[in-house]
Amino acid sequence: MPKVAPIDSRAALLTVEAVDKVFPGNVQALRDMSLTVREGDFISLLGPSGCGKSTALRLMAGLSQPTAGRIDWAIPRQKGDLGVVFQEPTLMPWATVAQNVFLPFRLEGRAYPSVRDDVLNALKLVGLDRFQNSYPRELSGGMKMRVAIARAMVTQPRLILMDEPFAALDEITRFKLNNDLLAMQARIGCTVIFVTHSVFESVFLSDRIVVMAARPGRVIEEVRVDAPYPRTEAFRTSADYAAHCRAASTALEHAMAEAA
Amino acid sequence: MTDASTGPAGPSAPLTAPPVVDAEEARRARGRRMERTARWLLPLVMMVATIWLWDRIVAWNEIPHYILPGPGLVWESLTTDWPILWDAALLTGRITLLALIIAVIGGAGLAILFNQSRMVELSLYPYAVILQVTPVVSIAPLIFIYVSSKTVGMLLCAWIVAFFPVLSSTTLGLNSVDHNLRDLFRIYGASRWQRLTMLQLPSALPYFLGGLKIAGGLSLIGAVVAELVAGTGGVGAGLAFRIQEAGYRLNIARMFAALALVAAMGVFIFAALSLLSHLLLRKWHESALSREG
Repeated sequence: MPKVAPIDSRAALLTVEAVDKVFPGNVQALRDMSLTVREGDFISLLGPSGCGKSTALRLMAGLSQPTAGRIDWAIPRQKGDLGVVFQEPTLMPWATVAQNVFLPFRLEGRAYPSVRDDVLNALKLVGLDRFQNSYPRELSGGMKMRVAIARAMVTQPRLILMDEPFAALDEITRFKLNNDLLAMQARIGCTVIFVTHSVFESVFLSDRIVVMAARPGRVIEEVRVDAPYPRTEAFRTSADYAAHCRAASTALEHAMAEAA
Repeated sequence: MTDASTGPAGPSAPLTAPPVVDAEEARRARGRRMERTARWLLPLVMMVATIWLWDRIVAWNEIPHYILPGPGLVWESLTTDWPILWDAALLTGRITLLALIIAVIGGAGLAILFNQSRMVELSLYPYAVILQVTPVVSIAPLIFIYVSSKTVGMLLCAWIVAFFPVLSSTTLGLNSVDHNLRDLFRIYGASRWQRLTMLQLPSALPYFLGGLKIAGGLSLIGAVVAELVAGTGGVGAGLAFRIQEAGYRLNIARMFAALALVAAMGVFIFAALSLLSHLLLRKWHESALSREG
């Protein structure tokens, strides 16, 4: 089972070392960011818009290169070790749900029959196995996001990067997906880095909250949420949860004050 | 915010009461039924009325047939001259279809080439535009000076008119890929070929089909113009040539009959391409959805 080891004794998976990112026009999107991502972490990057949290995620995904500093995988990275979920579901509208989830394998050159079970298992994990032959337009917003999560998880990645995946969903759907996301993470035991601007979401989901400030984007402090997993609805109403939310809010206020 | 539902729960089961149809819904259903009938009935009525009026105008004013033949005379010409007209239609149809095929291959092929190499695009695109904006009627006589084969000349004319919509709409489509999907393909290490075939071409399909519908009509125009310029030597006579010839002989009825065939051919091409587009897109594309309610 993941999550048994205390955070600091887990093995490192990805290290971000003194990373700067400067965009044309001398816009400093990220300054001196350092972060050690450990196996089994659920890290939230929390901060106001413009604090570089999405930039940090893109750098970790390898979609852009840091201006200075290094980002290194501690393990030899294989294809399929990284899954990504964007703010929009980002499904291919011309492909069925199963074909969408099959995409990472297809790009590796695998044939569908050889991975059919993985695809169906991933869909079962998000509760959409009955919809494998549906097209994205037939699904609701929450269901599309589930398909995107299934696609990110289908290769059993070591690391999943999520960029405000539930920001556009209504609160009821978001709570449900939060619960399910934790259950899924526990099942496949992956590491998650989750960008959000919701204090509540970050406390409920993560064991480490990295609070960031804007202009220039930088890390202000890290808040540990040491509540045990599995976390359920009961945690959402507990005093422990409220205390952590207060701590994260205070840190976020500091971050806002720094930026102002 | 979006009104996303809460997840995979299916539609809730209907209650036991029989469905209640309120007055507004009933009125709307009636309206829909009427529109369905009107959609084919009204154009038909319109056509019958027009033909009747045409017939009456000719009869009342005793217009001679070499000025304006009545619809009966046109019909007679259509049936008695059918062998001639049918051969002509086959020829024009063949040129149109071949030109359309070449336009599709050339237009889509160029679009893919442009998309893959910016340098090629920068070098060639202006000339594609020049070719497009120069009226084909003015290029056609030149073409027939240098191209000895009438068929090739006519194909070239029709192609020049028809390829551009395919090129420009496919180019637009290839560049309209969802940027997140593009990022996703990068993260999974997709090759250029995979990105083209699995991402860009499907994204471009609706745009391509839009261009194709325009190209279908244009290739017929191109074929007709080419025939008018080329005359008949060697390849037999197409519909446009028959119209011209009948005009010289003051056989106005046959002119109308041939014209009707050209129009019918245009409608057929448009309908066939619309059907093709619908079949390819109906499963997933917004344009092909029938919205309920």
